[in-house]
Amino acid sequence: MEDQNKLIHEVTQRDYRFGFVSDIETDTIVKGLNEEVIRIISAKKDEPEFMLEFRLKAYRRWLTMKMPEWAQLKVPVIDYQEIIFYAAPTQQAKYESLNEVDPELLRTFEKLGIPLEEQKMLSGVAVDAVIDSVSVKTTFKETLAERGIIFCSFSEAVKHHPDLIQKYLGMAVPYNDNYFAALNSAVFSDGSFVYIPKGTRCPMELSTYFRINAQNTGQFERTLVIADDDSYVSYLEGCTAPMRDENQLHAAVVEIIALDRAEVKYSTVQNWYPGDKNGKGGIFNFVTKRGICKGVASKIFWNQVETGSAITWKYPSCILMGDNSVAEFNSVALTNNHQQADTGTKMIHIGKNTKSTIVSKGISAGHSSNSYRGLVRVAPKAENARNYSQCDSLLLGDTCGAHTFPYIEVGNSSSIIEHEATTSKIGEDQIFYCNQRGISTEDAIGMIVNGYAREVINKLPMEFAVEAQKLLQISLEGSVG
Amino acid sequence: MLVIKDLYAKVEGKDILKGINLTVNAGEVHAIMGPNGSGKSTLANVLAGNTNFEVTHGSITFNGKDIFEMSPDVRAKEGLFLSFQYPVEIPGVSMVNFLKTAVNEHRKYRNEKELSAGDFLKLMREKKAMVQIDSQLTNRSVNEGFSGGEKKKNEIFQMAMLEPTLAILDETDSGLDIDALRIVSNGVNLLKNKNNATILVTHYQRLLDYIVPDFVHVLYEGRIVKSAGKELAFELEEKGYDWIKKELGE
Repeated sequence: MEDQNKLIHEVTQRDYRFGFVSDIETDTIVKGLNEEVIRIISAKKDEPEFMLEFRLKAYRRWLTMKMPEWAQLKVPVIDYQEIIFYAAPTQQAKYESLNEVDPELLRTFEKLGIPLEEQKMLSGVAVDAVIDSVSVKTTFKETLAERGIIFCSFSEAVKHHPDLIQKYLGMAVPYNDNYFAALNSAVFSDGSFVYIPKGTRCPMELSTYFRINAQNTGQFERTLVIADDDSYVSYLEGCTAPMRDENQLHAAVVEIIALDRAEVKYSTVQNWYPGDKNGKGGIFNFVTKRGICKGVASKIFWNQVETGSAITWKYPSCILMGDNSVAEFNSVALTNNHQQADTGTKMIHIGKNTKSTIVSKGISAGHSSNSYRGLVRVAPKAENARNYSQCDSLLLGDTCGAHTFPYIEVGNSSSIIEHEATTSKIGEDQIFYCNQRGISTEDAIGMIVNGYAREVINKLPMEFAVEAQKLLQISLEGSVG
Repeated sequence: MLVIKDLYAKVEGKDILKGINLTVNAGEVHAIMGPNGSGKSTLANVLAGNTNFEVTHGSITFNGKDIFEMSPDVRAKEGLFLSFQYPVEIPGVSMVNFLKTAVNEHRKYRNEKELSAGDFLKLMREKKAMVQIDSQLTNRSVNEGFSGGEKKKNEIFQMAMLEPTLAILDETDSGLDIDALRIVSNGVNLLKNKNNATILVTHYQRLLDYIVPDFVHVLYEGRIVKSAGKELAFELEEKGYDWIKKELGE
């Protein structure tokens, strides 16, 4: 055990591999938050009146709200007057080809192992690259446009498709939903917008790489995905961030609307800077993600692998409104060092014969705390609703914590809810077995953890699955339990 | 190849091995027999480097190198293989992935090029045929849901894949029916050559009908109390371990 603990300690010596700062000029406004700042953001973005009103309404509501304290997290006091609420790369021109893109930016992506060029050429992934708050480059838009698919930055959508924005913005996550959603609604700078028209199957995975870049800039992304009747789309969101000493606030909102028989798959690989081994620095990630299965037999799938952020507060949820609608939440959340995560999901069954599945795999190492918080609510009218929840925790070492907080509320007698939970430690015998076959302890742990998480990783699109496996391995190198 | 001198080891504070001396040369098969609790499995685990076993005295050299200077994975890559008495399940990790990693780690250690997926699968097919392992097993997670016999066959299959210079088979015969025992023994015999050595740890003489040892050692209360040729195994089978105890004057 002594040795094992020593090895666990060694993992904490590892530094963040993707930590670097890219040197791109940014245009920022003064720090702090008040109505004037919100008007400036709205004006800079040339927004229509309804957007400004939405922002102001949210801001005024936010002022009356308090930061939620029910999570199993220790959050330092955040001074909102010290945050810069808007930063945009100064080069705002749209490019005809990648050659015109700031080479520094391209190098940034290359360092991350996700060169835009290759993405474009080889994988057929349309990439909407977000560095800080403004979309710099959108690819494949024309191919998509031929099918009537809209995939653009949120700002562009506000300009060119205000009717869609006005109709759907805030439908899944109202401006007053919670403290961080209200903050986001007030100050969000940009994000992605997707609309898949009726009867259309999106021919490629849509992908956005978020990246927090300018120092002290809170990042407030807003993503809206609308899948019209009988459509299908798979959306990938992946993130890494450069190394920072100061904590950075991130409060994104993602909304998904699935209409009749539409299917949306939303996959995330998240690797934001988790802070150093002493818990200094790192991203604060307070995200509100919610989908509405609005139409009959619609489907929403949340798949995620999360290894980053100092603090994570995140519950990708589904409201199953349409009869026969289906929702899934598949998650791997890994915490190490002093990371804290309080994550999970909510499945709200409203329609009849609705079905939801939750598979949550927590992995804790170092001095981290990893909590699963899940709500399954079945409304009285949601006859024959079904939920299956599986909630597993894997512990590495004896200084980390795993907690499970399942909430189940069932309003009728025809529904069936199942909940299974396990907690295990990586067995020394498993590691020794791998060692005896010539596999080093580090590789053995990577292998065992990936095996544990495989059920979820298999749900990710291929290229993401590979990235996720590497991430899990890197995040745990040297760690034993 | 292997020289053990005056080896003492503890498990959970309890002295188990109390002065083992043993030399194994290339081309030899040694059987280590003894009653329950005599320290047979402890010896196997100490050789492989299991940290639950604490060595308190003595030395072991393997290929002329001090084995205590090597971590378990390095010992494996130096050519030491332990067929586990209780092979461990690793859920979600496919046999193919597990073995490909293991084989390539061995190759890297020898400065050889890693095998391509195609070459690896070819090697696997050959070895599977050799040890007559059900091809379905390799599509499953490591040992997960395997029967006792399947687990043991899988150990021998891994041994065939890794081609160790010293194979230690810890109670490989336990839990095997006659057919499985024959298959496992055939595998071991096929893998035997003049450059490698085998240590069989067993209770019963039965295994030695199939794999004929050059030397038989009786381990009793942490020490090797008798060594002889294969005839010793028959004598033990006939007279039981009590005979040894009597000889020792207990």
